[in-house]
Amino acid sequence: MGSTKRIGQRTIQFADPPSVVATASIVGPKEGEGPLADSFDKIIQDTYYGEKSWEKAESKMLAEAVNMSIKKAGLTPGDVDYLFAGDLLNQTISANYAARQLSMPFFGLYGACSTMYEGIILAAILIDGGYAERVAAATSSHHDTAERQYRYPTEMGTQRPMTAQWTVTGAGAMLLGKSGPGPKITHATVGKVVDQGVKDPSDMGSAMAPAAADTIITHLQDTGRSPEYYDLIVTGDLANIGKALTEQLAQQQNIDLSGNYTDCGVLIYDPSQDVHAGGSGCACSAVVTCSYLLEEMIAGKYKRILGLGTGALMSPLSSQQGESIPGIGHAVVFEMM
Amino acid sequence: MGTNEGGLLDKQFQKAKQQAEQQKYQQMVQSVKPKQTWLKNAIAAFMVGGAITAFAQVIQNILQAVGLAQKEAGTTTLVIMIFLGAFFTGLGIYDNLGKFAGAGSIVPITGFANSIVSPALEYKREGFVYGVAAKMFTIAGPVLVYGFLISVIIGLIAFFFQ
Repeated sequence: MGSTKRIGQRTIQFADPPSVVATASIVGPKEGEGPLADSFDKIIQDTYYGEKSWEKAESKMLAEAVNMSIKKAGLTPGDVDYLFAGDLLNQTISANYAARQLSMPFFGLYGACSTMYEGIILAAILIDGGYAERVAAATSSHHDTAERQYRYPTEMGTQRPMTAQWTVTGAGAMLLGKSGPGPKITHATVGKVVDQGVKDPSDMGSAMAPAAADTIITHLQDTGRSPEYYDLIVTGDLANIGKALTEQLAQQQNIDLSGNYTDCGVLIYDPSQDVHAGGSGCACSAVVTCSYLLEEMIAGKYKRILGLGTGALMSPLSSQQGESIPGIGHAVVFEMM
Repeated sequence: MGTNEGGLLDKQFQKAKQQAEQQKYQQMVQSVKPKQTWLKNAIAAFMVGGAITAFAQVIQNILQAVGLAQKEAGTTTLVIMIFLGAFFTGLGIYDNLGKFAGAGSIVPITGFANSIVSPALEYKREGFVYGVAAKMFTIAGPVLVYGFLISVIIGLIAFFFQ
């Protein structure tokens, strides 16, 4: 009986697919000037969001996004059984401090920029397993908190290489339940850590692309599907360079992604916004999935989406010690039924 | 014994295979990466770096014209340029200049001021001791350490060979 919930190497097939009940997305000013501006629930104009530090602002956005998704569903925080949340900061403080305020049973996650999809998979498992009625998955990132932790002080006059990506300021939350108006989560393919030896921390798209391609290829093998089964295959934050590499890696396995494949880091900004390769950060896949992608599904444009959260699992310390950057990609199938 | 050797060989083979695979991927990455705009960057650095230093020369000339000795005028010019670097960092302008000019605005002493003031500003929220004071030299510190080291070495060379 248990075996029917798992197919192939590492794909979960939900017996009773959980549904998206509601989603919420909050973004910063730069994302609010981007091509997806109309899809976001809230655009904040001040990167401090009325707080004393960027870290506090990030945590506030995260808590607000969770509350907003619960409110949209017409529920109260007491109706949500568990919260999965994480972010990029040391000891995932944005999520921890948001959870302090939210007062829900809480699992803290770290999957770098793949955290949203990691949370969605775990939330869906809890619901399908009968351990919960409703579970929220949420994540956040902030351009300035990420810059000061991973790179240079924000006022430092440096040139970013063309491969660099821009960390998305924002927070996304997805509330999942046994039934709901949104698409159902039918399958998930859990990513393996893949490292092809990329060492440049300002080129994370290249570091993550092999992991994303590996998960996409495995997912298609496990389910016996071809890319055309999906109206859209979308990765989290590979941006222009990582997207091109993922297409090439899939092509080497005779899988043609050219027709229906895109990336949240490509979608979220306009090339004129001077973000170089594109967007990145936990919020990149979170806000695009929780706004534009699901909106288009409910509107009927897409019926089936294969979404991937992609993460670069390094730290400033590992980069300084000369380690290469391990990548991961978690895939989730959203289907309108 | 024989199986162990076989296992070792197999391990080496796997490692070589993995390395070859990684190398192949690195080549793929290189072919996809956008080319660095060396010429454009060099021209921007030359123009901005030149403008900053020419401006400093104008100040020094004025100071000498109003009666300061060359050495005093030089020191005063440095102080003024450091102040301006710090001032424009505080106004949030210097990072935009740096984005355009690269080395052109990093190499002059204004860039050194920027590298000290920007972390000092950034870490004010973490307190004046462990924030501002401790983080102030995270970027400039290595420059100072190796600057001193090189000057000591050059001093020794001069001492022994002059």
